[in-house]
Formats: sequence, C-alpha cells, structure tokens
Amino acid sequence: MKFGILVFPGSNCDHDCYHVVRHVLNCEAEFVWHKEKELRGFDVIIIPGGFSYGDYLRTGAIAKFSPVMKAVKKFARNGGLIIGICNGFQILLEAGLLPGAVLRNKSLKFICKDIFIRVENNNTPFTNQCNDNKVLKLPIAHAEGSYFADPDTLSSLIKNQQIIFRYSDKSGNITDSANPNGSIENIAGICNKEGNILGMMPHPERCAEAILGNEDGKLIFKSIINFVKVL
Amino acid sequence: MKTLARKEPKITKKLIRDHGLTDGEHQKIIHLLKREPTFTELGIFSVMWSEHCSYKSSKVHLRKFPTKSEIVVQGPGENAGAIDIGDGLAAVFKMESHNHPSFIEPYQGAATGVGGILRDIFTMGARPVALLNSLRFGPLQLAKNRYLFEGVISGIADYGNCMGVPTVGGEIYFSECYNLNPLVNVFCLGILKKDAIFKGNASGIGNSVIYVGSKTGRDGIHGVTMASEEFGDGSEEKKPNVQVGDPFTEKLLLEACLEAMKKGLIVGIQDMGGAGLTSSSSEMAGRAGTGIEIDTSFVPTREEGMMPYEIMLSESQERMLIVAEKDKEREIFNTFKKWDLDAVKIGRVTGDCKLRIKHGKKIFAEIPVEALTEEAPVYERPIERPKTQDEINFLDINQLSIPDNLNDALIKLLSSPTIANKAWVYEQYDHMVRTNTILIPGSDAAVIRIKGTSKAIAITSDCNSRYCYLDPYKGGVIAVAEAARNLVCSGAKPLAITDCLNFGNPEKPEIMWQFEQSVKGISDACLALNTPVISGNVSFYNDTKGMSIYPTPVIGMVGLILSAEQYISQYFKDNGDIIVLLGENKEELGGSEYLKVMYDIEKGNPPEIDLNLEVKIHRTLLDANKLGLIKSAHDCSEGGLTVTLSESCISNKDRKIGAVIDLNEKMRTDALLFGETQSRIIITASSAKIDSLKNVFEGYKIPYTLIGKVSGERLIINNNGSKLIDISIDNLNNVWRDSIRNMMNKT
Repeated sequence: MKFGILVFPGSNCDHDCYHVVRHVLNCEAEFVWHKEKELRGFDVIIIPGGFSYGDYLRTGAIAKFSPVMKAVKKFARNGGLIIGICNGFQILLEAGLLPGAVLRNKSLKFICKDIFIRVENNNTPFTNQCNDNKVLKLPIAHAEGSYFADPDTLSSLIKNQQIIFRYSDKSGNITDSANPNGSIENIAGICNKEGNILGMMPHPERCAEAILGNEDGKLIFKSIINFVKVL
Repeated sequence: MKTLARKEPKITKKLIRDHGLTDGEHQKIIHLLKREPTFTELGIFSVMWSEHCSYKSSKVHLRKFPTKSEIVVQGPGENAGAIDIGDGLAAVFKMESHNHPSFIEPYQGAATGVGGILRDIFTMGARPVALLNSLRFGPLQLAKNRYLFEGVISGIADYGNCMGVPTVGGEIYFSECYNLNPLVNVFCLGILKKDAIFKGNASGIGNSVIYVGSKTGRDGIHGVTMASEEFGDGSEEKKPNVQVGDPFTEKLLLEACLEAMKKGLIVGIQDMGGAGLTSSSSEMAGRAGTGIEIDTSFVPTREEGMMPYEIMLSESQERMLIVAEKDKEREIFNTFKKWDLDAVKIGRVTGDCKLRIKHGKKIFAEIPVEALTEEAPVYERPIERPKTQDEINFLDINQLSIPDNLNDALIKLLSSPTIANKAWVYEQYDHMVRTNTILIPGSDAAVIRIKGTSKAIAITSDCNSRYCYLDPYKGGVIAVAEAARNLVCSGAKPLAITDCLNFGNPEKPEIMWQFEQSVKGISDACLALNTPVISGNVSFYNDTKGMSIYPTPVIGMVGLILSAEQYISQYFKDNGDIIVLLGENKEELGGSEYLKVMYDIEKGNPPEIDLNLEVKIHRTLLDANKLGLIKSAHDCSEGGLTVTLSESCISNKDRKIGAVIDLNEKMRTDALLFGETQSRIIITASSAKIDSLKNVFEGYKIPYTLIGKVSGERLIINNNGSKLIDISIDNLNNVWRDSIRNMMNKT
C-alpha cells in the first residue's frame, strides 16, 4: 500500500511522516508537491504539520487554494483515506473537508509537550487497533489548536460519533486541566460524516519508535494499514 | 535601470566619525586606495572594518585557540566549523550573538539571530537539525526584563518553529549585570555528507554571481556598526537598524538551496548576514583570490531609488549569494522559481582581485578585496587587571552565619529563576520536530539521534559569568569543563566546541584583561579535554551607559554517543538504586548561587578546578556507561550537591522519586550542601551492579563515595548523623517547576 505525503511551501513534518511510513512501517511513501493536480495510485493521503505559507494569515487559509487541494477533494469523494495532522488538520478545516475551526491557544502561546488523549471512537479506519476508550500519550506542537464549532455542528459531531479523540488525563478523565489549548469539549481530533477523513492536532508521527521513548502514535498508522489491507 | 534617489554626499570628518572609523583608519583607507574613498566605499570599509566583521580587537588573542584534532574537517574561517562523526557524515555547527538588536527590539532581534545562524549552517550544505540558545537577562522582578524575556523567547520560538528545526536545549541565567544589556546567543547544528561541504568561495573567473532570496530593503543598514559600539540613552532610536525576520521565506530558501546543491549547480555560496551583500561578496572573493563585479541595479529591491550604498549595506534577512558556472544559471533560476523565490544574476567573478560596484554604467566603488578582508586594522589593545579585582576576590565566609533552616535555603535556591525549571520557555519551542530528540530539554545536555546510523549527538551550552567576573581565567576553564561534563553525563564523548565571547568595551584595558584571561582559560581547557575550537563569534561593546556586563564567554560543545540507546538522563530511576558521588566535596562558597540568593554577595574566588581529575572522571563515567552500569548521571553546578540531588529527584515529572543521603564530611554545612566544587557528578546504579561499578572506579583511581539510596517520597540529607535536609518531593517539585511561570503570569 502507498501513502502520499503532501508538501506545501512551509510544510515541515513531511519528512517525519515519510520516515515513519517508509522506515518504521515499511510501507511505500511518496512526497506530493502542492502544485500537482492529480493523486493517482495512493491508498492514503497525509497532510502533514508545519507552517504552510508561514501561516501569516489564518493557519491553512492560503494552502486551501493550492492546486493539489482540488485533487484531495476528489480523492475524498472517491472514499480515499485522508489524515491531516496539526497544520494538516487546520488545512482540512479551511478547505471545508471537516467542520469547525481552530482558534489560538487559550494561553496565546505555542505549546510543545506530551499530552494524553482518549480514543472516543475505535470503529474508524484510523483507530481500529485501539481499545475502546484507550488513552494515548502524544505530543502537541501548535499555537492555534483550540478547536471550536457552533452548537449545531457540535451536536451533529456528537450524534454521528465524529469526535475521535478528546484531551484527557493519564487515566482517561476528560477534565479542564487536561485540556491544553481550550478546545471545546476537549476535542483533539474529528472525522467527517463518511469517516474517511481524520483531522487531529497531536502528532502521532512523533512517537512511533522505541528510541523516542513512546510508540503510542504507531497505533494510528497500524490502524490505517489494517483498514486498507482488510479492504 | 532603476534610478537613484540622490547624489552621494561628500566625505567629511563628521561623516567618517559617524561611520565609526577613527582618523587613523581613515588614513589607512586613503593609503590603500591611494585616494579619498567615495561615499559607497566609506560605507563598505566601515562595515568590513567594524569590530563585528574584522575581529580587530580580538584577533591576536583568538589565534591562541587550539583548532585542530583528528576529527576536525573545517576549522574557523568558514561560515561554520565541521567535525567528522563517522559513517561518512560531518556535523556542522556554530554559535552567534544577537545581543544589541535583541535589546532594542527583543522579538525581531532574537528571531533574526536564529535566522542568521540557520543560514550559516545550510550555507555549508547541511540540513539544520538542532537549535540551542544561551540567554542572559536582568532579574524578572523588573517589568522591563520580563518584557525582554517574553519577547526574546517568542522571537526564537516563532522563527525556529516555523522553520521546522527543533530548539532542543540551552541555558538561561538572570543577573543584574544584564539589566541594560541582555545576551541572546544562538547555536545551530546541521548534518551532511563529509564530502559534500560547500564553501564561501567565488572561484572561476567569469562565473556568474547570483542573488537569491528576499528583496533588499533599507532595514538593518549599519547593523554591524551598531553592534560595535556602546549603547547610551538614545539606543531605542536605533530600532530601524534592527532587521525584520521572515521565517517562511527562510524555509523556502533552505529547501531551494539544498535542492540546488544536491543538483550540483553551485560553485560557492554565502549568506548575507551582518554587513549583507558587502561581506558576502568580498569574503567570497577574498577566500578564492578573485574579484567580484556587481551591478546593484539588478538587485531586487523592496523600495524605489535605493542607492548602491544602501543596497550594499542593507542587512535585509533571508538572502544568499551564489557563485555558479554560466551554463548552470538557467537551472538555478528554475529551482528557486519552484520555491517562489527571486534569483537574479547581479554580477560576475573577475580576475583583478577587486570589489567593483556599479549601478548601470557608473562605478560607485572599486576596492582591492584584500583591503577589506586582510588589511583591516588589528589592534593589540592595552590590557590591565582591574584595580577592584583584589577587593572582589576578598571574602571572609566566617562573617556569614549559617541559616537555621537549611530546607528554606534549598527552597529559595530551587525557586530562583537561574536554577528553576525552564519548561515555560522550552514548551514554547517545538523541540520534537524532525523526530530525533531522544532527550528533551531539561537534562544536562540535549541528545538527538542521527537517522540512518546507530549514533546520537549530544549538545550543550555553558558559562557561569559570575565565575568569569571573579576570575576570568578560571571562569573560562570551568565553562569548557562544565560543558564537557554535561555531555559526559549524557553518555557522550566531547568532541569540539564553538564559542560566543560576550564582553564589554574592548577599548577599556580592564575589559581586554577579562577577554585575554578568558581566552587563555578556554584554550587551556580545550587542550586538556581535546575539544578544539572550530567556529565562534565575538561580541564586544556589551555596555550600556558605561556599565559592562560580566564577561560571558559561552561555550557550545558537541559530543558523540556511538549507540544512541546508551544515552543517560539526569533523573533517578528506581527505588533502591545506589547513589554515588564522583569527585570530592570541598568547602568552597565563593561565587556561588547560594551566596547570591541568600546574602546578595557576588564575591570571593570561584571554585578550584583540576583538569587532570576532570578528564579522569569523564573517562571513568563513559567507560562505566559502555558496560551498562549507569542509570542516571547529573553534574553538580549552580546550587551544588543539594540542588543536583533535588533535580535528579524531580526533573522527570512523570516519575518523581525521593532519596536518602548520608554524608560524613567536616565542613560548614551550607558549603557542603550548596558549595559549587567542580568535577563532581551524581550517578545512580542498581545495587546488583554496584560491585562492577566500584571496579571501574578503582581501576581509574578516582575519588568516589557511596552516599545513599533512591527511595521514598522525601529528600533527606544527613551529615555525621545529623539531619540537614528533610523535605517532601512534592514540595521541592512545586517551587522548582512553576517558579518562572508564576513570575511571568503575574503581569
């Protein structure tokens, strides 16, 4: 199976995603320049983290106009798997592929540290290797990660089980003090109604190797591989 | 052709003075040119002969540094130094200061400092993989210092984060001597194939000179001249001298340059940092023994009507100068176009060894390159030991009573910002991107693995400027020794250093004495530890309103761990592990953080140091670690034995753990607990391995003592049976972990 990793001007977790897919999980991986108009031969598209176009406007607000995003929409319509991590999540929100928006962190500062998230729905292509309510330790690294949605959107997210991850404490309790950025309902990751597009603020690609002291992120990639292989 | 805004002004005495040139230097220029310089030439000389670019006051001293060893691939003189790390790879690194701009405009000053050091590294063809910074501020009680601290941290964070280069470590000290002159020193390390190092050479007569990156604006003109003089009352007016950073453009520039290098399109390359187009063109020609002719009318500019003078002196950021063969031009243009960057041919390499600046047909400057790069004045400035030095060194500790409650003293030390936890800072830095960071900030050194190999690199930066103030020679020795000790405590063999020498006004003989002594100390320590100096930077004129900073020669040291998984962290691991002190306790309180925090005293002599013992202890620890006998290691520095033990108990927030210590020493209890005697390391080992460990120690004949056990939830320290410290780990953790955050949230 083959992963495509999008590269926008300013993407900077593209190499990290490539490394995990290619050298840790031994899958095929290829960088896709943002000016490409077609996505052919890929099972999964990763929109990596970084600062596309410097994030000088709103995060992801310029990247959504890149030619490749049209192809991404088509890829999504055809049921392809898409995972947006951090800036990738922000781009998916701006492009309207996922509902809601992210605001500046409550602290108004960039935050880079390990946090805990609880898996809210393990019946997805991205979480099927996690037990129900499994708690994962993953790092976050963002200045704008406070997820927001209006009440209607929020209730439909809840109803359709589109909330995939919530910030929690070590034992899986959803508390205010476990919420690093002020996200509504402690939301750390959501998917679309169809379930083939995931957006998440934490970085699974940063914790998928024993030498880095944490392999929790591997579960996300393993879930994806499992899902595609079963198909 | 772009039209010029105005005519060049006449050369007058005032104009020469305004350019920071002395009468003697003016005469020398006339002698070299055999005529009066033009306005553009005067500008070019003033920046190339500035202290910042020419090292005119420091050169004679810097020659004393040891710069060679079997692993040095590139020593001082290029954009950065390089060392061989095996597997066909080299590590390229350098440290640089951005002190003056950061005082005037903390956010942009610090941000562009990071931008500059990154360019120095990728100019060499290396992908930058780690940033560190060494910072000094006045105490956080003052609002102005909090403003500077906050601005500098976010400037560093925003630039590094956007670039996708992790900021993995560093150090921060707070002291009154930096109230009006904070220090911002930034370090960058890159990795590349050993046989693919690019140099700043303008070789090949007829080759094209190509300008790439951001457009040139009027920002930063005379930035280096500003960095070469003292600050007075009106320094805030110099804001226009500070450049504005654009990390996004730099990220594009990084990717485009690495791509062009990989395709073999480049002969020579240098970044336009301090002194911009002037220094990059003349230094590249100087190294190759060629000349360069530039037509400034081709330089992409941000504003209309810029004079050649302004174009040559602008310090606009995110620009590079490339020399390439003519037939590669097209492909270079295409590569940079892919990344939406300007790439324009602005001149050519000539054989006449002159820097010629034209604007259209008119010639504005024609200077022999050597006059700029080789003929800059070199000064043997007068040196004099300060008359106050004896008084500073006098300290009678018998006059000081030992506090009744030593627990309170420990709490005070742990909450003092110099010692307290720096998470408020490093959590603003992306320290994990590139997924190499094995040991995150907060241990003795940062450790990053080298992908594609089994190795890891450890990096640290160190300098206790109070020691340097009390004894600049010893302070220099200790800065190097402590840096090496920090690397060894992380499991790494120290290999080489870069330095950033921050001092006051070199025209004062007392400052030159501090400088000379520090350089001597650093040299002696580097020789003993076999860690040559491969790159560095001098920052003089760190004076504001006549007050100089403490001499602050910051050492950035790099070491290698052959098996990445053999890295060592500083925190205690398991109940029952045996705690061992390597080295000896002595009654030394001079220059300690304890005296400063408890008595507001900065006097006496810094602790003694024996480099032979230091080296022996390093070898012992590294050998023991290779045998798998070490579970943690942490060196004793500011705050002494007790702060070291406390940090080992609490610095892993997921696994805080207590310790019980029994000492048998005869000395003042406060000196025992908080004195900063050198060459001491606290290690732990499992009880099953303690006999093997003892054998290693006996083999090396180094002093060591089994002092206690990891256990419980309290830190308890007894001496000769009486309890000196007994305090809960939670209590220690709370004051240490949140001290800086609480101070910053007050506002």
